[in-house]
Amino acid sequence: MEMHFDQHISRQFNEDLESLKTEMLEMGGLVTRQVADAVESLANADSELAEKVLRIEEDIDRREMALDEHATLIIAKRQPAASDLRMVMSVIRIARDLERVGDEAGKIAKMAIALTDEGTSPRGYTEIRHIASAVRRMLNESLDAYTRFDVQSAMNTLAEDEQVDMDYRTAVREMITYMMEDPRSISRVMNVLWTLRSLERIGDHAKNICEQVVYLVEGADIRHGHEDNLKKA
Amino acid sequence: MNTMTLDAAGQTAPAQPESVEKATVDTDTRVTETVGQPFCDDAKLRMRGINVFYGETQAINDVSLDIGRNEVVAMIGPSGCGKSTFLRCINRMNDTIEGCRVEGDLTLDDEPIYGPRVDVVPLRARVGMVFQKPNPFPKSIYENVAYGPKIHGIASRRAELDEIVENSLRRAGLWNEVKDRLDQPGTGLSGGQQQRLCIARAIAVSPEVILMDEPCSALDPIATARIEELIDELRENYTIAIVTHSMQQAARVSQRTAYFHLGHLVEVNDTETVFTNPQHELTEAYITGRFG
Repeated sequence: MEMHFDQHISRQFNEDLESLKTEMLEMGGLVTRQVADAVESLANADSELAEKVLRIEEDIDRREMALDEHATLIIAKRQPAASDLRMVMSVIRIARDLERVGDEAGKIAKMAIALTDEGTSPRGYTEIRHIASAVRRMLNESLDAYTRFDVQSAMNTLAEDEQVDMDYRTAVREMITYMMEDPRSISRVMNVLWTLRSLERIGDHAKNICEQVVYLVEGADIRHGHEDNLKKA
Repeated sequence: MNTMTLDAAGQTAPAQPESVEKATVDTDTRVTETVGQPFCDDAKLRMRGINVFYGETQAINDVSLDIGRNEVVAMIGPSGCGKSTFLRCINRMNDTIEGCRVEGDLTLDDEPIYGPRVDVVPLRARVGMVFQKPNPFPKSIYENVAYGPKIHGIASRRAELDEIVENSLRRAGLWNEVKDRLDQPGTGLSGGQQQRLCIARAIAVSPEVILMDEPCSALDPIATARIEELIDELRENYTIAIVTHSMQQAARVSQRTAYFHLGHLVEVNDTETVFTNPQHELTEAYITGRFG
């Protein structure tokens, strides 16, 4: 079934849903930028950029609250059903994921500041760049799939998370081996490990967003490995 | 009373039914056949290939639907879609409309409703009806409920009638409010109370099926909530079909929802499915308030 959110008899309802979606996508854009900036601040030991990421994090929290309030008002005033209801529900869920991505970006920024203070890690930057580029792509693609109501693209992006998880585990093993060889580096390499952990979590959140694209368009809840629900829908 | 025809089941029907919109069938290429689950295993009412005509005009086009035992089926759709017309086929209320013709097979417990030997009086005792506007008789509260059982010969002794009246009013959730003024006119009650009185009157003759045609459209939200609560309780003993313009009401009270559009039955599905993920684009358009 095609998705149209601009054909309600109530024009105000069209506008409410449209602005809800726009607000969410704006938040998504901001969060994506945060991830990029956080990783860059870490890679370039740029504590100024890291501070900026931390400042903007508060704005993201406010946006999540504003989206929640907006969605609550739509439910109270319009009692949305079917695709409208799924739109509102998916926005609420995605906003929560985006806020958490924002938190992870904040954590990476804090690691960047720590690494600037303590000196750079002897290992791990290649892995960070590699995984960061994969999860940023996933995040972009997931929001893009939402904009275009593109289930196929969402499913493709969702599948990428498996590779990210594998790369993460490999990187963790390498970092542990290195720390065993050179215990003096432990505290710095731990910062890299926390960063990798945050990036892996961002991949999970991008995956959650993809699941919401499927929910919005097909009405199937495929979270927690229930991808067979898509076939039933 | 002059303008009402009063039938033996204790139901009144306006002689010129004001609430029946003359539905007309139109061609819409998006409607081919009913999607979803129109049939069920434990059907109390089985309706197949129903066509209804008002003179030359076709109001219902080839509708097939089952209504299960202890099930509430909600019928929704825009004005003039035929949902009330369809509901009124079930207890042959359309017989009272000049020029109305019903085709197809309707059975109640596998017995034909439109059979040549069917007497509509006992039929309407088995298939009770509650209308949009509460229409108590201009009699006492007691008499409103006792009238049906009396003329059906279900009870004649005062003690039996007392018991039926009390039970019916209790089941309709009205007993505590009226038990001290049973001799006062039913028309003196509030709108919500009058509607519950009509429901008590309908269940006094021990029907098997209750048809409700927008039973809450004239009621305030509190009275509506009471009726909805009551519908849920009545489901334990009866089969219920309800026509409603309130989508939220359909979502709250029914197990399955049927969507009518221009005399066609477009979709029947579990109510949950209809309101979260309808299969047909016309259902989606209607329940989300889009241009269909």
